[in-house]
Amino acid sequence: MKTQYHINDKGFYGDFGGAYIPELLHSNVEELLQNYKTVLNDDKFKEELKTLLRDYVGRPSPLYYSNRLSQKYGAQIYLKREDLNHTGAHKINNTIGQILLAKHLNKKRIIAETGAGQHGVATATVCALLGLPCIVYMGETDIKRQAPNVEKMRLLGAEVRPALSGSKTLKDATNEAIRDWINNPEDTYYIIGSVVGPHPYPDMVAQFQSVISEEIKQQLKEKTGNENPDYVIACIGGGSNAAGAFYHFIDEPSVKLIAAEAAGKGIDTNHTAASISIGTTGIIHGSKTLMMQTSDGQIVEPYSISAGLDYPGVGPMHAHLAETGRVKVIAITDSDALSAGYELCKLEGIIPALESAHALACLNHISFKEDDVVVINLSGRGDKDLETYTKHLPHGKQN
Amino acid sequence: MENRIDSLFKYKSGTVLSVYFTAGYPNLNDTLTIAKELEANGVDMLEIGIPFSDPLADGPIIQNSSKIAIQNGMCIELLLEQLITLRKHISIPVLLMGYYNPMLQYGVVSFLEKIAAIGIDGLILPDMPIEEYQENYEADFKRLNLKNILLITPQTSDIRIRYIDSVSGGFIYVVSSSATTGGHTDFSEKREAYLSKISSMKLNNPCVVGFGIQNKEDVKQVGKYADGTIIGTAFINAIAQGELKQQIKNFIKTVSHDTAVRT
Repeated sequence: MKTQYHINDKGFYGDFGGAYIPELLHSNVEELLQNYKTVLNDDKFKEELKTLLRDYVGRPSPLYYSNRLSQKYGAQIYLKREDLNHTGAHKINNTIGQILLAKHLNKKRIIAETGAGQHGVATATVCALLGLPCIVYMGETDIKRQAPNVEKMRLLGAEVRPALSGSKTLKDATNEAIRDWINNPEDTYYIIGSVVGPHPYPDMVAQFQSVISEEIKQQLKEKTGNENPDYVIACIGGGSNAAGAFYHFIDEPSVKLIAAEAAGKGIDTNHTAASISIGTTGIIHGSKTLMMQTSDGQIVEPYSISAGLDYPGVGPMHAHLAETGRVKVIAITDSDALSAGYELCKLEGIIPALESAHALACLNHISFKEDDVVVINLSGRGDKDLETYTKHLPHGKQN
Repeated sequence: MENRIDSLFKYKSGTVLSVYFTAGYPNLNDTLTIAKELEANGVDMLEIGIPFSDPLADGPIIQNSSKIAIQNGMCIELLLEQLITLRKHISIPVLLMGYYNPMLQYGVVSFLEKIAAIGIDGLILPDMPIEEYQENYEADFKRLNLKNILLITPQTSDIRIRYIDSVSGGFIYVVSSSATTGGHTDFSEKREAYLSKISSMKLNNPCVVGFGIQNKEDVKQVGKYADGTIIGTAFINAIAQGELKQQIKNFIKTVSHDTAVRT
C-alpha cells in the first residue's frame, strides 16, 4: 500500500527529496537508481543479506521489556536493542546491505562519511568482511571526540581521512566523501550512512534499516499479542535508525511516532542541531529537506553534544513525516540527554549511546497511560561516549 | 538585443578565453575591479562565482575562496548591489555561477529578473536538476534573454549529451576530467580523446572546456577541439597574494596566446 507518506516515482516525499546533484555525479547516482530496486528484490541477494544479518550481525536484536523504566514512567516500556548488534549500533544493518549491493555492481573501492564513527566502523567492518579497500571521511573535530572509533576503523584496515573544511564535523565529512566520489566515478561505491543524500539513497537506506520495525512487529506480537505498540520513539540526526524503527508503522495510524532531535544547548540558542524545529526548506547534500541555514542560504554549522546527531539537515522522509504531522518531533537538550543516559545506566545496567539517550529523554515529555506499549529504539551503545559521560557526571554521583 | 554570449561565439575567431573568480575574494569590494582588469587584459567572458558554504563540485582552492568571501560578508544581495554599474564598465559577456540553495532562498524568479536588469547574460547552476529547470524556470530564462549553461562530463552518455545540448543555452560547459574544480588532470591523451569525441558530435551549442585548465599548453590543446576554455582555480591561486591588477596582468600572460591588451 502506498500512502502519502511514502516516496513517489520521482524520488520525493511530498515536497522533500529529489536529486539536486551536479552533472559530475549524475552517472554515479543514475547507476544506483537503475539497479537498487532490482538488486534489493533479487532472491539471492535477499538470502545473502538475511544470512549475514543473522550470523554476522546477530539479528534479530532483542526486544527487551524494561521493568524499572516501565515502573518509573507508568507505561509498558520496551527497548529495541540495536546496541547489541555487531559493532554496537544499528548502522551495520545498512552497511551490510550496501556492501552487498556494491559487490553486485562490481565496485572495487568503498568510501563513507562518519560523524560519531559508528557508521565508519560499520563500513570498515563490512569492507574487511568482503576484502574491499575502505576510506572513511571524518571531521577533524569528530576524530578528536570519538577517538576509540577512529582506532577501531584503523584496526579494521580502513583509512580515516580528516575533513578539514567548515565545522569539521559530519556535514563536512559528507562533502568530502561526495567530492571523492566525483573524482572516482567508475570504481568507487559511496556507502551513505543515513537516510540523506540524493535519491535513491534515502529510500535505499530506509529499506535496509526497516528490518528494525519488521522485527519489532514480530516480537511485540509474541510478547503482547498485538504487533502494534502505542508509541515508537527514536532519535534523529539524519534519521536512519528512526526510519528503520518507524518504517512498518508509518501506515498504522494508531501508532504514535516520536522523533527526538538534538536541541544542543537549546533551540533558541545558536548551539543546536534541531533541523526540524528551527529549520527551513533548502538543499543539502543533494536533497531538498528541512535544514538550518542563514536567510542568505548558507548552511549553518550545527551543534550537539552527540556527534551522531550533529548534522544541520534531516532525511527528506522525516521532513515530510514531520510536516504532515505523522511524526511528532521533540527537541532534547544536551543535559536532558545526559540525564536520561545516566538513568538508563543506573536503572537497567545499559550504557546507551548519547544519540539513543535523546530518545530515552522523551519519556519525560510524554504523559502515558498505564497500559500504553512504548518501544524505544536503543540505536547504539555508549562505549564511545564514556569520556563525555564521565566529564559531565554531576558531583556526588561518582560512586 | 542579441545575447552577448551568442554574439561572442558568432563573431570571435579563435578560442574564447573565459575566467572564473569568486565574488568577494580576496576582498569584499574587488568584484568590479577584477572584472574590469580581466576585460582590459583581453579576456572574452567572465564567470562570477556566488560563494556558498558547501560547494560540492569545487576543490580546495575555490572552496577556500568561497569561505573567505562569505567571511568578508559577500551575499547575493550585496553582489547585486556591486554589479548595478556593471554595464557602464564591462562590455564582454558575464555569467554568474552559483549553487541552487542560495538562489532558492532569495527567490529564483526575482533573482533572474534582477540579474537580467543588471545585464548578466547567463547562469551556471550545477546542482539545479534539468527537469526542475524545464518545469519551473525555462520560460523565465527565455523571457529575460538569459542563458542556462549546462555541464557535461566524461561520464555523460552520448544520449544525455544530446539531451543536454537540446536544453542548454549559450554554450555547453565541458568538464575536462572526472574531478572537482582544480583537481587532477587526466593524461592529456585521455583528455584529447574525450574532446575529440565531443567535437565530432557536432553539437548545436559551442563547447567551452573547464576544470583543470592551468596554462598555455592546456589552452592550446583544448583550442584544437573546442570553442573556448574556462580558467578558475589557477586564477584564484594567482590573485591570492600581491597587487591585484599586476597579478591579473601577469596571469593572463601565462595562459593566453593571442589576446592583446585592449586600449
